[in-house]
This record gives sequence, C-alpha cells and structure tokens, in this order.
Amino acid sequence: MSQKVNNLSQVEWSKDDVVLDVRDVHISFTTSAGTLNAIRGVNFTLHKGETVAIVGESGSGKSVTVKSVMGIRSSNQRINHGEILYTYEENGEKKTVDLLKFSKREMIANYNGKHIAMVFQDPMTALNPLLTIGAQVIEGMMLHLNMSKEEAWKKGEELLAEVGIPNPALTMKNYPHQLSGGMRQRIVIAIAIACNPDILICDEPTTALDVTIQARILDLIKKIQKDRNISVIYITHDLGVVAKVADYVCVMYAGKIVERGTAYEMYYEPRHPYTWGLLLAMPDLNTTDARLYAIPGTPPNLLRKIVGDAFAPRNRYALNIDYEEEPPVYELSKTHMVSSWLEHKDAPEVEMPMELQKRIDRMKKEVG
Amino acid sequence: MSNAALTKTKIPMEEREVILEVKGLKQYFPVDSHNVVKAVDDVSFQVRRGTTFGLVGESGSGKSTIGRSIIRLYDPTQGSITLAGKEISGKMTHKKKDYLTKHMQMIFQDPMASLNPRKKVIDIVAEGLDANHLCKNRKEREEKVYKILERVGLNHEQANRYPHMFSGGQRQRIGIARAIVMQPELIIADECISALDVSIQAQVVNIMKDLQDELGLTYLFIAHDLAMVKYISDYIGVIHLGHFVEMGTKEEIFSNPVHPYTKSLLSAIPEPNPITERDRQLVVYDKNEMGVDYTKGSKNYLTESHMVLATDEELAAWMQS
Repeated sequence: MSQKVNNLSQVEWSKDDVVLDVRDVHISFTTSAGTLNAIRGVNFTLHKGETVAIVGESGSGKSVTVKSVMGIRSSNQRINHGEILYTYEENGEKKTVDLLKFSKREMIANYNGKHIAMVFQDPMTALNPLLTIGAQVIEGMMLHLNMSKEEAWKKGEELLAEVGIPNPALTMKNYPHQLSGGMRQRIVIAIAIACNPDILICDEPTTALDVTIQARILDLIKKIQKDRNISVIYITHDLGVVAKVADYVCVMYAGKIVERGTAYEMYYEPRHPYTWGLLLAMPDLNTTDARLYAIPGTPPNLLRKIVGDAFAPRNRYALNIDYEEEPPVYELSKTHMVSSWLEHKDAPEVEMPMELQKRIDRMKKEVG
Repeated sequence: MSNAALTKTKIPMEEREVILEVKGLKQYFPVDSHNVVKAVDDVSFQVRRGTTFGLVGESGSGKSTIGRSIIRLYDPTQGSITLAGKEISGKMTHKKKDYLTKHMQMIFQDPMASLNPRKKVIDIVAEGLDANHLCKNRKEREEKVYKILERVGLNHEQANRYPHMFSGGQRQRIGIARAIVMQPELIIADECISALDVSIQAQVVNIMKDLQDELGLTYLFIAHDLAMVKYISDYIGVIHLGHFVEMGTKEEIFSNPVHPYTKSLLSAIPEPNPITERDRQLVVYDKNEMGVDYTKGSKNYLTESHMVLATDEELAAWMQS
C-alpha cells in the first residue's frame, strides 16, 4: 500500500523545499453583529511543485485562508495569531518572510503576481471588460519584471500560445467579451503565470465552467505546473476535481482543518465523519442507493463562541466530549492527521458508513 | 403511502401517461435582419408521469432555452407542446395562460435572485395560490403554506421571515415549496442545485426525490453535473447546439453511449478516485473536424427509447467504435 501512496504523490518530500508554511493562523472579522472568528487555527505546508487542495463548504474559511496568503484583506479583518512563512530564492540566496507582517501595499509591490498569483473563480469578473486582453496580460510583466511594452507584448503572445489560445496575436487585441468562458479562464491563467510565480492559487477555477471545459482547464493547469515546477493551492468543494489534481488534501470545517492527508489517504482511508459526509454527498456514477447521504443541518454560526467540536451538532457519531472539549490533533501517519475524538484510545470503535466502505472497496477493485 | 406513491412503484415507466409532449420545438432568436440564432432546432421528446427527464449539455447548448420555451418565458418559433393532453403552444389565450401557470412550475438556479427580498416567505410561497384565488380565507392559505413548508423541512415560525435570513439550501427549499404548493403536473428545475454546496445539494436532491415518491411529481431536470443527472433522472436527453444528439433511459445513455458527443461528456465527469482520475484521457469531440452536420442526421431508434441523431454512415461507424 505504501507503494501506492508514493505513486500517487509525484513529489518527494524533504524538509528543505517547503515553499509556504502556514502556522496556527487565527483571523477574525469585526462586524456589526459582533466578532466573527473565520479562521480558528489553520496549519498546513506547501512544498515545491506540490498541489494542495483545500476542501470545504461555503463559509468554512478556505477563501479567507488563501486570501491572507495573497495579502487580500478587508478593512474589518484582524489577524489575531499565527504566521505564514514564505521561502523563496532571490539572487541565489534563500529568504524566508512572514507574509502576514506586510501591509497590503507591500504585498502588491513585492509579492502579488511576482511570487504568488491567483486564478479566480469567474473569468468574466476577473478580467477588465474595458481593456484588451493584451493590455491585461502585459500589465504585470511591465510592473514586476521591468519589461518594455514591446518585450512584454511579445512575451504575452508566447504566454497565450502556452495556455492553448489558437491565434495569440489576434487574441491579444480582443476584448474579454469576445471570448468564451473557457478561453477567458485560459487568459486569466496566462496573466497569473506571466511573472513566473512560485505559488499559484486557484480559487474554484472551474466552478463557472462546463464539465468538458473544466477537464481541459485542469489538464492545462497541471501541465503548466509540471513545466514550470510551481506549487499550486486549489480551493474547491468539488471532490472530483480534487481527486484529479491534488497530492495533498486539507478538509476545512468552521475555520479549522479537520482532516489532512495525501489524496490516497483522503479517498481510501478517510477518518473524520465530516470527510465521510462530503465523500458520500457526491454521487459517483455507480451510486444506485435510493437516497444520497446528506450531512444534516448547516454549518455553525461563527459569530457565536464554539464550544467543543464545531461539527458535533451535525455529526451522528458525536460523543459526549465533542460538546465540551475541542478534539486534539491525532497523527495517523507522517502525512495523515485528523482532529476528532473518535481517534482517542478510549473512544468506541466507529466504522465509516457502509455505503462509503462499499464504494472504497469498489474503487480498490477498479485499480486492482 | 399515497396513491401517487403506489403508482410510482407499480406501473412500469413506459406505460405511464405522457404528461409533457414536445414535438418539433424550434426556438430562434433574431440577431439582426439577416441572422438568426437557432438556439433550439427541432427537438421532440416526451415526459411521463412521475418520472424525471434530465437535460444535459454544455452551456450554450440550448438546454435552458428548452425549459424556458416550454413554460413560455419565450415564445417558441415553431412546434407543439402539450401538457397532460392540452395544447399549450401557439397563441397564448387567457385560458391557456391560466392553465399553464397552474399546472407548470419552475425552480430556478440562483435561490437568492429568484426570491423577492421584500416579501415574507409565506407570501412568496402563497403567491400562486393568491393569483389563482385557490384559498377561501386566510386560515386556509396559512394552513396550505405551513403544510408545504413542513414537507420541505422548514417550520412554521420561519414562514414570517424574509429570504435573506435563510441559508442557500433553505432558500432553495423555499423555491421548491413555491413550486409544489400549486400541485403542478410538471416542474422544470433549471440548474436548481448547481449554486449549492455539495452537502446541501444532497439535501435538496433528497427532498426532490422524496416529494416525487410522495406526490407523484414529474420533473424536467436541467443540469450539467452528469453524476447528479444520472442519479436523479429516469430518462436523459443530451443536447448539443440546439439538437438532441442522443436520448434514452439513463442506463442506455451511461452504459451504451453511441454519439461521440455523449462519450466526450461522459469522459469528462470527474470521479472521486484519485488513482484512476489522474491518468484518465478525455475523449475530445469536435463536430467540424469529424464532419458531423446535425441537420443532415436523422433520428435512429436503437431501441424503443434510445435515439441517436446520425446519418446512416455515421451511425454504422459509431456503433463499431
């Protein structure tokens, strides 16, 4: 089995090549209704060339997490604790900085686009309808790489060719509305990779697209990642997308990562009841059960103080202690960690739901 | 169990009464005086009572347009549509409109945009009842709304709240309640779950399935999520550029797809299995490259329900591969 795990993750991990280290980040928002604790202690690391997917429902804090990496902050946001360490090479020297220490302006001047770039969900709103594609592609290169307009324009055409635009020279002069959704998303990707970033953040890059286009965009991002050896963070709620791209998966719930592991561990050996629920809620093509398993209820209101495990009220396996004390983090393997009282040595033996076990057995049979 | 539930289990699907019959539906939109966009071009299908007909296709294929033409949000260019034996196409008379609004309802994609933010839930749900004067007094109206809200998993106190006080999943339930309160013959669900989270999608789909079993509802389910369409539908129509390229029961479409467009759609469905998913090859379909012309193809029936749009040569070639 360990053989399989290695096959799955194309990246050999060593301690040196950590690109991004998110350590115990707490973020809250001041609203008219009180303080909203959106992120309550998030930890994860991103290695060179690796893909991490952050999965969760809306409001689980996945977007806030990566936006803090990008330095996109709203005025009512407060960082209460934690650090985001970013390691990069400049002039042959290794540097590590804490991204949370920088102001918005410093982030824009030094890091955004140049080191860390983002692909947004909706390609229509991410592009400026008043500017030509060319003007938007070259903007970052002229700013960060000090290129002349002619140089940048030439590089821009190469970039469009790289992301699979059929007629780059012509497309550079077009406006966003003249392109289809899939083509627009390719432009957004071209803009993101224009300044050779180390980290590419993809915030639901395919949600607004069709299935056939979705698969092609994912393949494109994978290809670019391989060619340029960059690290990618995906934010998504689509577990099918995650299965296709991720080396490493973080499942987020109510501002915390409740389970983390390699893609293999997540899909074949999930341990947290919330992960079980997410996997079961998505029908695969073999689902024939009369009803889908739905996680009951809705995510908790983060304006209120959360006592114990935030998932307990929706969890049919909840123990008494779940309502009183927050579960600690249990390390199941070097890569797999879960935050659930069910892993405690005194906890009753709980098996994953039958339907899920059946599906995993079927998947195992499929791969042989 | 009600009568409707019994019918669902007893009578085989092929023998059930046809609720919706669409024949040769065409929906053209003029762009200027010379050009028209043929959004839907000669589409025919039937939906039987208590079944779900799924429409799938990429964006711009015309799947939403079909739904909107049937419920007369658009004026169809040509073709006949009958609902439970009554003609609802052609010129809209007052009587026809009355019949249509009473017996056909729609659930929309975005549950926030489709609920009036200035109205209370009870008034939103009861709007159809009010417009058709279906309640004798206030009490009856209240009772009807409460009963429906309970069915979709909301309680009485929530009836006097406004839409913004609900989460996305709850809002979509209000949308469903609004549709079923009229006891319609047909419900058109246009991408009604694609704006929701995965776990909430499952809740809403379960409610829709339960209601179908209890009340014998008939759905026209429009979506681009093929795994979900397979899960909820009995029959599936695959649309590309305004044409039905393939149609059949869900088993026929998923286990024995013939048209290359259907195959390419199926190959693109992401599956929650990281090992197989990684190396899966996409089947690419380019209509122009393959020289397929939908207007030349004829409807070939492989079985009574399985239809493929193709010329004879194309069909022979596709059947072999």
